Amino acid sequence: MCLKGENISFGYKRNNLILNNVNISVDRGEVLGLIGDSGSGKSTLCKILAGYENNHKGNVIIDGKKVPSKGYNPVQLVFQHPEKAVNPKWKMKDILNEGHIVPQDILDSFGIKKSWLNRWPNELSGGELQRFALARSLSPETKFLIADEITTMVDAITQAQIWNIVLDIVKELNIGVLVVSHEKNLINKLCDNVVYLDAINSVN
Amino acid sequence: MSTAVVTVNRGVFRGLNLRQKTLLMIGLTSLLLLTIVVSSVSLGEESLQTDFSSKNLSPSTEHPFGTDWMGRDMFIRTVKGLGLSIMIGAFASTISTILAVILGLLSSAGKTADSFVSWIVDLFLSIPHLLLIILISIGMGGGATGVIIGVAFSHWTGLTRVVRVEIKQIKTQEYIHISRNLGKSRWWIATKHIFPHLIPQILLGTILMFPHAILHEASVTFLGFGLSPHEPAIGIILSESMKYLSAGYWWLAFFPGLSLLIVVLAFDMIGDNLGKLIDPKKAHE
Ligand SMILES: Nc1ncnc2c1ncn2[C@@H]1O[C@H](COP(=O)(O)OP(=O)(O)OP(=O)(O)O)[C@@H](O)[C@H]1O
Ligand SMILES: [Mg+2]
Repeated sequence: MCLKGENISFGYKRNNLILNNVNISVDRGEVLGLIGDSGSGKSTLCKILAGYENNHKGNVIIDGKKVPSKGYNPVQLVFQHPEKAVNPKWKMKDILNEGHIVPQDILDSFGIKKSWLNRWPNELSGGELQRFALARSLSPETKFLIADEITTMVDAITQAQIWNIVLDIVKELNIGVLVVSHEKNLINKLCDNVVYLDAINSVN
Repeated sequence: MSTAVVTVNRGVFRGLNLRQKTLLMIGLTSLLLLTIVVSSVSLGEESLQTDFSSKNLSPSTEHPFGTDWMGRDMFIRTVKGLGLSIMIGAFASTISTILAVILGLLSSAGKTADSFVSWIVDLFLSIPHLLLIILISIGMGGGATGVIIGVAFSHWTGLTRVVRVEIKQIKTQEYIHISRNLGKSRWWIATKHIFPHLIPQILLGTILMFPHAILHEASVTFLGFGLSPHEPAIGIILSESMKYLSAGYWWLAFFPGLSLLIVVLAFDMIGDNLGKLIDPKKAHE
């Protein structure tokens, strides 16, 4: 089973393509790294794969079938700014359980404390919020996780901690992961394979 | 002890923070307006009995706003008139708000719906308010219903725009995309994510509509297109008093006019303060 982006072309403005004929494929259970220069369109590709952006050419396909636009999306995206990923008027426990009731053992492994659940988003740090965003996205229905610079806001130790937890859960649920990061070391440590966006993007 | 003295020296308000001060202002002004409405409703017909032995009296301690040519107490007439104005304003603003919310939500349903809403907003904006109210009021056969519908149908445009822009802005938020990816329906997202954000704006919009509604009602009635002369409306009082101004009975117009102004300013003040509470950053724009 794999997630494929086939012949993806996209531009925010009409005559300014950012992605041109991009092909990318992630297997279930695989951890694939995606690197590229700043502004080269990595985040844009992530949004397209996760169905946030729909005005693109080409198809996003799982097992030969287009991802349905309704219902739970098996491709979940987590990105750099967790504070934008939460409704500021919701309590953390509602945010956490919006998609499914997150089991206690996942909360424990992410180190999410009980007392955090009754707080508002602005009462938590970026790293703490990101744990919620990850726990929320890793449901049994998730088949692929797209991680767009998810640990840029935390220190090296926390970064390693968070990634260890994510890799554990991902292995257990047999989820495929696309990792976007500027840090070569991190990519080399985490990923089975690495693709360079400029190499698969024929935009000039 | 020294701090207590300082607090007293600087006045009652200095002990409160900005938020408490704002809340106090809102509370006091609302109380004033509520008192007017309650007293105007509880004052019966008998309080306005004609008494020709005391007609055209200038203001005194017994009749603070004076009396008219039929000996009726102008203070009571003013209170009744203001109460009526506030109630009509309330009805009109509520209807206006409902219209605005429905159209604002409609505009987020799709491109065609959005252009339709923009078109109808522009259409209503291109007609002067007063003219529109008079036309609708005449069309509805005058009276309170005519004025309410007239005022309601001419004041929804501003709030519709606010609601429309607000929804647009919220819909681009990342957590809306996430909610959709977690399998939530459009309806679910609209009620759980979008609508709660709109409530403060809607509340504020309604209150800011009040002063306009009240002034427009008064002016349409003053011009003779609104409430009937039997109603105890401020517009009626003012237009009647015009006949007596040349006779030197200035209090007939002065106090009711001033009171109307105070009520309008009171609503404006509530709106302003509420705006500061809801969004302290935008309050100064
Ligand atoms: N919403 C948008 N509207 C218009 N242009 C955009 C938008 N988002 C991104 N862009 C442009 O698209 C290009 C690709 O942006 P993208 O965020 O995908 O880059 P990136 O590879 O993720 O960069 P970084 O490594 O800095 O995160 C950039 O030139 C950016 O300016
Ligand atoms: Mg990026």
